[in-house]
Amino acid sequence: MSIRIDKEKCIGCGRCIEACPGNLLKKDQNGKAFILHMRDCWGCTSCLKECKSSAIRFFLGADIGGRGSALSVDIVGDRYLWQVTDSAGKVRSIEVNKKEANKY
Amino acid sequence: MNMLLETKRLETDVLIIGGGTAGCFAAYTLGRKSDKKILIAEKSNIKRSGCLAAGVNAINAYIVEGKTPQDYVDYARNDAEGIVREDLLLTMSRRLNHVTEVMEGLGLVILKDENGKYVTRGNRNIKINGENIKPILAEAASSQTNVTILNHVNITDYLLEDGCVRGAVGFDVNRPVFYEIHAEAVIVATGGAAGLYRPNNPGFSRHKMWYPPFNTGAGYAMGILAGAEMTTFEMRFIALRCKDTIAPTGTIAQGVAAKQINSRGEVYEKKYGLTTSQRVYGTVMENRMGNGPCYLKTDTISKEQELDLYKAYLNMAPSQTLKWLEAEKGPSKENVEIEGTEPYIVGGHTASGYWVDEERQTTIHGLFAAGDVAGGCPQKYVTGALAEGEIAAEGVLRYLNQKEKQCSGQRNVQEKVDSTEKKREYERFLSQAPSFLDIEQIEEAMQKIMDQYAGGISTDYQYNEAKLQKADENILLLQEKLKELSARDVDDLLRIYEIRERLIVCRVVIAHLLARKETRWHSFGEKYGLSGEKQ
Repeated sequence: MSIRIDKEKCIGCGRCIEACPGNLLKKDQNGKAFILHMRDCWGCTSCLKECKSSAIRFFLGADIGGRGSALSVDIVGDRYLWQVTDSAGKVRSIEVNKKEANKY
Repeated sequence: MNMLLETKRLETDVLIIGGGTAGCFAAYTLGRKSDKKILIAEKSNIKRSGCLAAGVNAINAYIVEGKTPQDYVDYARNDAEGIVREDLLLTMSRRLNHVTEVMEGLGLVILKDENGKYVTRGNRNIKINGENIKPILAEAASSQTNVTILNHVNITDYLLEDGCVRGAVGFDVNRPVFYEIHAEAVIVATGGAAGLYRPNNPGFSRHKMWYPPFNTGAGYAMGILAGAEMTTFEMRFIALRCKDTIAPTGTIAQGVAAKQINSRGEVYEKKYGLTTSQRVYGTVMENRMGNGPCYLKTDTISKEQELDLYKAYLNMAPSQTLKWLEAEKGPSKENVEIEGTEPYIVGGHTASGYWVDEERQTTIHGLFAAGDVAGGCPQKYVTGALAEGEIAAEGVLRYLNQKEKQCSGQRNVQEKVDSTEKKREYERFLSQAPSFLDIEQIEEAMQKIMDQYAGGISTDYQYNEAKLQKADENILLLQEKLKELSARDVDDLLRIYEIRERLIVCRVVIAHLLARKETRWHSFGEKYGLSGEKQ
């Protein structure tokens, strides 16, 4: 389980690097963010939530049931728009409003 | 290669080490109640650091209507089979509802009924949206005018003078800078220790664990090195979790009333008991008897309940929702497989940590502990850690107002630790040539030793004296080898110190496991061959 940062979309703002609770992200020579310690990601998705250009996607390793899908999130006001995209491009969306409490 | 560190010297009234749940709340409290200078030193960034990074699904320590703080104490004492400090539990329990209200005032969303009362889940829980609880806490701390945040600085050792704490030292995790921080009092709130034992997923997803893998026992290690008294490390915490994603099971078990069943469909949980450790033990035993895999029975829930579970997990453990969606088998279609985790040392769930007084002062004068580093007071959860942050903050203020502070002559506490020596130690790692051993090898070796000889997953958490002695010898050897490691940069240095901390904690865990001559909590402290009765 880890993340991948799309270099085309990354604008080098450094917000993900700042937020990662494991200090795992760094800047490359072109000023773009990358994950230095791929296997050390905890899966908290803090970096996804920080990224304003939707450049970061989260995936599960095959060792824990990953099958090539990726999770992304766009935050619009109080709405978190989560998307799971599978390897064939099929998308499943779930919206969570941060003003609504969990039912469980 | 010969890297020298630039020195930055800071002065503050109160240093808080670790800006997680307890640390941020302590800073917020000190900001509101005093004009003292407060400094939080945080290894990453307080916005998402610590246990609450991804969010939390519920407030699990709350005194619901009709219950009293003493009821909570009784629950925690029963769950820990008596090994608790009731005075600490009671002082914490009395504040659980107060800190919840403070959090609501700061912006935490809590579910209410039509009469404006919190909606409860079971006897001690209330329903929230906790996805952004950490940013809320971080904002509460950093908005105080007398609170300064020092992000990305890893603290490794206390400064001591005449046996009293006088601050701490550390280094910037991105730049070659040495920090020497002088303080009148220190609150340690670094969390517990993960990564001591070989984890559930030792390969690519090695950090897909329940407890933050970045909590490597820094606070415990600093206290142990300085001579602070520690308690109950033998009461390890082993969580019952969703297989592979190691996501919480309580949301399913309590939310949709799912029972623990074996592969024959038998509900086994009542056979073994319902305390935290018994739920794990039952699962271990069923697997050992050939009745595995074990599950939470969810295949009777509705599609609506399923969607609510997807949302709840996105708010705290997004891997689980991703796994369900990716497999196209949600919990309404397939029961959720469960397993026990590797053991963690965490004073928020069990009683491991610093021996503290009611104000959360440790046995080192001027050093206070709150949250997962503080011992004797299990079942803290988030609100308990907040409560301890507040108690420690108030304790610090009383301490600072004392005219005369008696420090020296305390049992076991080191008289003096100065900063020059520590700086030299960092620079040595940054200067010496690489050996054949590296950071990853030492980590793997440590986790293997703990797994096989000190009761990890592979032995169903069991150990005996001979194995523990072997574990101790081998961990000691690794500690000696650690000195030979080389750091190319401060990022490597961080990883060396994270292993150093874990090796120190491992030795104390082994010593405490050796000292308890009984199986008191199944799985949490499981001597070989002692099943059933206490012996």
